[in-house]
Formats: sequence, structure tokens, C-alpha cells
Amino acid sequence: MYTKKRVVAMLLAGGQGSRLYALTKNVAKPAVPYGGKYRLIDFPLSNCTNSGIDTVGVLTQYQPLVLNEYIGNGQPWDLDKMNGGVHVLPPYETQAGASWYEGTANAIYQNMRFIERYDPEYVVVLGGDHIYKMDYSKMVDFHIANNADCTISVIDVPKSEASRFGIMICDDQNQVIDFVEKPKEPKSTLASMGIYVFSWDKLKKYLIENEEDANAKRDRGETWSKDFGKDIITSMLRDKQRLFAYEFEGYWKDVGTLDSLWEANMDLLSPSVPLDLYDPSWKIYSRNNNMPPQYVGDNANIENSMISEGSEIDGTVDFSILFSGVTIEEGATVNYSIIMPGTVIKSGAVVEYAIVGSDSVIESGAKIGTSPENVENRDDWGIAVVGHNVTISENKVVEPKQIIGESI
Amino acid sequence: MSVNYNVLGLIFASMHDSYVSELTKQRTMGSIPFGGRYRLIDFPLSNMVNSSVSEVGVITKSNYGSLLDHLGSGRDWDLSRKKGGLHLLPPYSQTGGIYKGRLDALNNVWSFVEHSNAKYVIMANCDVITTIDFNPVLKQHMSSEADITLIYSKGIHDSEKNRCSTILEFDADNRLKDVLVDPQITGECNIWLEMFIISKDFLKKIVFDAASRNQSSFTRTILQGKKDEYNIMGYEHKEFFTRIDSVQNYYLANQLLLDTEKRNALFKKNMPVYTKIGDNGPVKYGLESNVKNSLIADGCIVEGTVENSILFRGVRVGKGTVIKNAVLLQGTKIGKNCSISSVITDKNVQISDEKVLTGSETYPLYIGKDGRI
Repeated sequence: MYTKKRVVAMLLAGGQGSRLYALTKNVAKPAVPYGGKYRLIDFPLSNCTNSGIDTVGVLTQYQPLVLNEYIGNGQPWDLDKMNGGVHVLPPYETQAGASWYEGTANAIYQNMRFIERYDPEYVVVLGGDHIYKMDYSKMVDFHIANNADCTISVIDVPKSEASRFGIMICDDQNQVIDFVEKPKEPKSTLASMGIYVFSWDKLKKYLIENEEDANAKRDRGETWSKDFGKDIITSMLRDKQRLFAYEFEGYWKDVGTLDSLWEANMDLLSPSVPLDLYDPSWKIYSRNNNMPPQYVGDNANIENSMISEGSEIDGTVDFSILFSGVTIEEGATVNYSIIMPGTVIKSGAVVEYAIVGSDSVIESGAKIGTSPENVENRDDWGIAVVGHNVTISENKVVEPKQIIGESI
Repeated sequence: MSVNYNVLGLIFASMHDSYVSELTKQRTMGSIPFGGRYRLIDFPLSNMVNSSVSEVGVITKSNYGSLLDHLGSGRDWDLSRKKGGLHLLPPYSQTGGIYKGRLDALNNVWSFVEHSNAKYVIMANCDVITTIDFNPVLKQHMSSEADITLIYSKGIHDSEKNRCSTILEFDADNRLKDVLVDPQITGECNIWLEMFIISKDFLKKIVFDAASRNQSSFTRTILQGKKDEYNIMGYEHKEFFTRIDSVQNYYLANQLLLDTEKRNALFKKNMPVYTKIGDNGPVKYGLESNVKNSLIADGCIVEGTVENSILFRGVRVGKGTVIKNAVLLQGTKIGKNCSISSVITDKNVQISDEKVLTGSETYPLYIGKDGRI
């Protein structure tokens, strides 16, 4: 017996996150650490809880171990519920055979039974790799007020960046007229944030249609896809369904690349970025690992940084984000960098403009990354990246843009 | 075995409240904040959980609202269980009013103890802070066939500074020879950590015996009165411990955590100290922050200078402010250009800009909960 839920959220935890490379070798993208004590998935999960959505399906099929363990019974996000709660939904085998998720729309199609159990009126579809605080209940209200079939949240982006996003073209009533994925010459600056509200009956109809269409195309040897933006939204527009753009004002960042992950962390240190992690009315919840408070030693020199529990700092830390259980020895320097949980930076090591994954060791005298000012040709400069569980031996150098996945 | 159903834990959450009356005005010993993000009860409770004990009773006395709020269902200690789990035991005496000593308290909660399937009972207070694995103590208790095994540590007792210490003396066979309460001596001795192991059957005997004679003090009636009759043995805990028996010692106990060796003895990697989760952001250090030799909990925003201090969750230190040798409890907000040294601020104290507050290290200035300066 399942009680009815007005709104059910489906979180597309995505695939491999291949552009995050060394950081997603054994970890699904939503489980990538962010902001000193969070993982990416904490943001959509906390937003759900804070918005009053208590039933969430997490669709995942890549390296599920860490993500499954992290989500557990959902208790850190208050999503351990008798009715509803958070459920990790991996692909499964049926009498008709087994199949991997063949795109975002197919992932939800394969889990229609999960949604139907709660008999919802609206389904919120979310991504797992965006950093933002958003009240989804307001977006659902907007959806209802417009008598919409689908509402897509959009953010106004600079014109120069618009060609990187899915762009919505709207009339003056916010109704979507057209949608173009990564247009060369964008006609609008309203970028899709990958957050949708659907009326469930409509979504269900289009999921089934898309599935049948795509399978038929596949049987005929034609190209096919089962994707949200590409197929579901396009079909709904074609059929003149009511699609609306819900304009979001606030901080939103896609962290699909190493550079954007670094930037999104650095944003937390900028006073002009409106992402408040200290607001008691909209907390971002995360699984806690029971570490003592951080200890700052006599030789430490910390400025403009964020540091988490269990860390021991005796070196210089400037413009950096340090996760829990990080050790910065006396005489080590960390500038403009992100150091993930459990990593040790030994005395005399210098880490600048870099991301260092969890449980890694940077031995004494090693040098990771450098400031853009030290690079003659600006195109040669980029963030240096060291993966998880990697040791960089004494005096080794990791150049800017270099990505190290194995110990050197 | 990961869960030991054979042992019941009992924690006295309100023992010795009166020694730190400033701090227990609106709370009880077990809910006194300590070490940046903990409450005192977290230490005995985590010790039990880390020793595979999964059934724990917490005996309360007075002012236990904050304790109830802290413990909740026991989930953060993994004690929200169907089998065993955390039980809060109210303080009322069967003879009317609130219980007097440990034996009276046990008599009142006996039906809870009786109901447990455990064969042994581990008891602890909240005013002794240490990290201990009870399994070796249990092993010794069983193999020695002792009636009671008392856990003690060698430490300095100073009659000028310490209150309510129980000093133990053992003979060559490790049998209890003498028990002194608050003796007028200063020097190294065996200090009882107020923890002991006893079989449920034997506990029942002494509790009912004492009740029939209207006796309530475990120390006086059992340890002093029956040391020759019963087989009472000692177990030496050879690790760091500290006791909270005055506001000064509370201040010093917090300061001890700045010593890396002591901190590592209390916070062991394989014995985490559990506490209520606060879901605070990481610590944010401002552009002009300058922090040395300090312990800082999550949710703090530090824009000034902090030295030799303990900052609990969510403390704010404004620009230009200098904090030295301070213990700032959760939610303390200190404005700009203040100078604060040798001060304890209780929960949610607010100090506005340009203030100067100075205590002395031997007598720190204490500012009560919600105080505004």
C-alpha cells in the first residue's frame, strides 16, 4: 500500500562524467566531492527536502558503490521515510531481458512503475551535477498557475556563453516557442538548467511514445535516441503542448568539467557569489563522518579559505577549499586549490591552481600546478589535477593542465 | 562479533552537576558542550557503542531538556534500534522525589535493567572524559571472577584544585584495599574514573540490599563499606583522561585538546566520537584571518585573529578582533575590533564591536548563555 504523493522527483545521476576523468574513475559524478564537506548530489537532495519533496528516485548505472553507500537509507537528508524517501534505481533484468539505461528518457521510462506507485500529479526531473539552491515547490506552483504540461527552469546567461547551453526561446508570457541545443547563433540567453516539472500524465504519454518511436527506428537501422532535451521536449513542442520557462535568479553552476568544478569551488570564496552555505533555513545536508573539529597549528597561515572537520593545518593555505581529514604539514603551501578528503600535503610541497582527489599524498618538494602568471603562453595554462588514492613522489612536478590518475 | 547483547550500558547523565553550577544552570552534566562540537555524554556513549554495546540506559536527574534534545532517538550514535538501543530513564524515586545516590537511582530504574537480557552492566558518568575500549575490561572482569571491576587511571590529585575525586588503593593481588573521597593530599594516585563493570545479578543484590537499609551512595556503602567482603578489583586505563569538577577545570580541559598528543588519544581513528549532527558549512576564514594553535568546529566564520582557543560550531569572529586563550561555545558572535582573552562564552553569547574582555588563565571570565555585551 503506497500513499499518494503529489510530487515525485527523479534525479538523473548520470553516467560516467568522462570530462571529470580522474575524479570519476571509481565514483559516479554525483558523488564527486564539492565545497569542503559536500558531494554534488547533496544539493538536489537537500533542495528536495527543503522544498517539501520527500519521494526521490535516483537513476544511476555507473560505478554505483560509492553513491549507493553515500545515499544509504537517505537519513542525512531526512529522506528515510516509511512512505516515499530516497531510492536508488539501477537498471534491472526483466522477463523480456536486461537493458542498460539508453538515455535519460529511457532511464525514467524503465522506472515508470516506481513513479506510478505514488500516483503523482507532477514529476520533477533533476540532474546530479549542478550546484544551486532552489525551492522546487515554487516552480511547481508556477507550473500549475500556467496550466503547463512541462516547465523548464532557465537562467539568464551572458550572450558569449549561450552557445554552450540548451537555449529556450520564449514569448512574453514565458511560454517556450523553441528550444535549440547549443546553438551557434543563440536567439536568446535563457539557458535550460536541466530541471523540469512535468504533469505526470503528459510525461508518461511522451515517454511511451519516445520509447516506441526510438525502438522502431532502431529496428529499421535508423539513428535513434531516448533523451530528455533532444526527444521529449522536442516532441512536446512539435505537438504544441504548453511548455513554460521558469526563470531562476540566484547561483547555478554546471560542474561537468574539471575547470568548472574548480571554479564552482572558488566561487564559494568570493563575497559576490550568492551561494550561502550558512543559512539555517536552507541547509545543505550531507553524510557526516564523525571527525573532531579542525586543528590549526602554530605555523599555520590561513586566509580566505574554507576548511572542514578533522583537518590538521600547519602550513600556508590561501584561497583554497579543504575537505575533511586533510593534513597540511608545516612548510607546505596550498594556493587556489581544492584538496579532497583524507589527503596529505607534506612539508615543502607546493600545490597551486589544482584539484587533488581524496586519500592522496603529495610528498615533500613536489609541485602541483602553477599560477597563470607563471606561464608564458596563456593557452598552456589550466588546472592541474591529481586523482583519488594517488601518491606524487618527492620533488615530482605536475604541470598545469596535466591530469594524473596513477601514482608517479 | 559486532554487537554484544551480553552487556548493558548505564550512564549517569547528571552526576556532580553542582560542581559546575554556572554551566548546569540550564542544562545537566551530560549536555555540557565540550571540545568544539561535542556534549560530555558523547564520550561515555561513544565508548560504549565502540565497544559493541548496543543497549544503553541514560539516567537523568534535573535540567535534562537539552540532553533529550541532544540525544533524540539515539540515531547519531547508531542507537536507534529495535533490539536494545538508547533508553532515557527519568529521575523519580520510588520513595518519592528525586533519587539521592547512585544506588537509589539504580533501584528506581531496576525494572529497565531487569528487562534487559544482558549478563553484565557497564556504568559511567559524564564528568570524566576519556576514550576507552571496554572489551579488555570485560575480559579481565570475567577471568578474574571479580564482583566489581573499577576502572581507574594514574593521575595527579590536587586537593586545592580537584573536588569529589575518589582515590583507590589496591593490594598486590589488585584487590581494593582503600578508598578515599576527596582526601587532603596532593600527588600521583589512582583516580577512579567513575566507571565500573558488574554482573547484573550482583548489581541486583547490592541495589536491593542498599534499598532495604535506606543507603544510596555506591562509593560509601559498597566501595568503602564492603571492600573487605566483596571481591572488588581494579583495571588501569593507561590513556589520557580529564575531569570536569569546576569551571576552571572545564576551561583547562578544553585547552588540553590543543595538545596534539592528548587530542589524538581522545579522537582515535578507529573509535570515532559520535555526536548530534549539525549540518553546518565548513569553517570559512576571511581575507585577514590569522589563526594559530586553535580548534575550530564547522560553521564558524573567522575574520580576525584567534590564538590558543576552542571555537564551537557556528562562532563568528569579526574583522580586527583578537581572541586569545578563549573557549567560545556554539553560536557565540563577536563583533569587530574586540579584544577577548581568557574568556568562556556560553551558547549564543553576543559581543558587539570594540569590546575588551579579559579574564585570567587561572580564573577565566565566564559569560552566561544568551548574554549580550
